[in-house]
Amino acid sequence: MIGLEHYLIVAAILFTLGVFGIFLNRKNVIVILMSIELILLAVNINFVAFSTHMGDLKGQVFALFVLTVAAAEAAIGLAILVVYFRNRGTIAVADINRMRG
Amino acid sequence: MSLPALFFYLFASVTVASGLMVISSKNPVHSVLFLILAFVNAAGLFVLMGAEFLAMILVVVYVGAVAVLFMFVTMMLDVDFAELRSGVLQYLPVGVLIGLIMLAELVLVVGGWGASGALPTTRGGSPIPTDMTNAEALGRVLYTDYLLLFQTAGLVLLTAMIGAIVLTLRDRRTDVKRQDVTLQNARKPSEAIEIVTAPTGQGIAEGRGVR
Repeated sequence: MIGLEHYLIVAAILFTLGVFGIFLNRKNVIVILMSIELILLAVNINFVAFSTHMGDLKGQVFALFVLTVAAAEAAIGLAILVVYFRNRGTIAVADINRMRG
Repeated sequence: MSLPALFFYLFASVTVASGLMVISSKNPVHSVLFLILAFVNAAGLFVLMGAEFLAMILVVVYVGAVAVLFMFVTMMLDVDFAELRSGVLQYLPVGVLIGLIMLAELVLVVGGWGASGALPTTRGGSPIPTDMTNAEALGRVLYTDYLLLFQTAGLVLLTAMIGAIVLTLRDRRTDVKRQDVTLQNARKPSEAIEIVTAPTGQGIAEGRGVR
C-alpha cells in the first residue's frame, strides 16, 4: 500500500506544473485552459487520496463535483475563445483589453 | 518493490512527465495529446487508490469529452502558435522561480506532515463499504446525502451548455428558407385558399388561387 504522502506529492508536482504553465504560456489561452485542467486534476488526486486514506467516501463525491465544474469551465472557456477568435482573429491574451477593466 | 508500488511509480512518473510536456511543447495539438496521456495515467492512480468509478469517469469525461473539445478548438482556430510563444523566455525565470518556491513549500508541508506522524487517521461519517462495488457505494452516498449538490451540479452543466450554445450561435443566414412554426400555426383555411372561378379555355393568372 502506497502512503498518502506519495499521492500528495504527485498532486503537488502536478499543481505546480499547472501554475508554471500559466506563467510560461502567458499568450496562449488554450494552453492556459489546459494548465487549469492540470490544476483541477491535482486537486482531484488530493481528494481521492484523502478519501482512500481516511476511509471516507465524501472525498470521492467531492472529486465528482470538481470534475463536473471542470467540464463546464472547459466548455464555457473554449466557447468564449471561439467567439473571441471570430471577432478579433487572434487569441493572444495580451490583446484582450477591450473591456478596459 | 511490490507490484502496486511499481505501478504507482509508473503512473505517477508518466503523469508528471506528460504534465510537463503539456506546458512545454511547442504545438498545442501535442499539448492536448499529452494532456490525454496525463488524464489516463491519473485514472490509473485512481484505480490504485480504489476509486474505480472516478477513474472510469475521468477517462470518459476528460479524455472522451474535454480533451476532444480542446482538440477541436485547437485545430479549428487558424492561429500562428509559434508567434504566441515568442515571449516565453521573458517569463521563464519568474515562472521557474515561483513554481520552485511553490513546489518546495508544498513538498515541505506534506513531508513535514508525514514525518511528524500527524496525518489524519480518524474515520469519517460515510465509511467505504467492502461488500459492494465502488460505483454502488458512491451512488448510495451521492443520492442520499448529497442529492441537492448533485442536482446543482446538473444545473451547472445545463448552464454551461446553454452558455456555450448562446455564445457560439451565429446570426442566421437570410438566404436560406427556414420553418416558422408560429406562422404555420396561425394559418387559417380562409386565408390559405382562394376559390377562383376559372373561365373556360383561359385558365387563371399566375399566382392566383394559391397563397
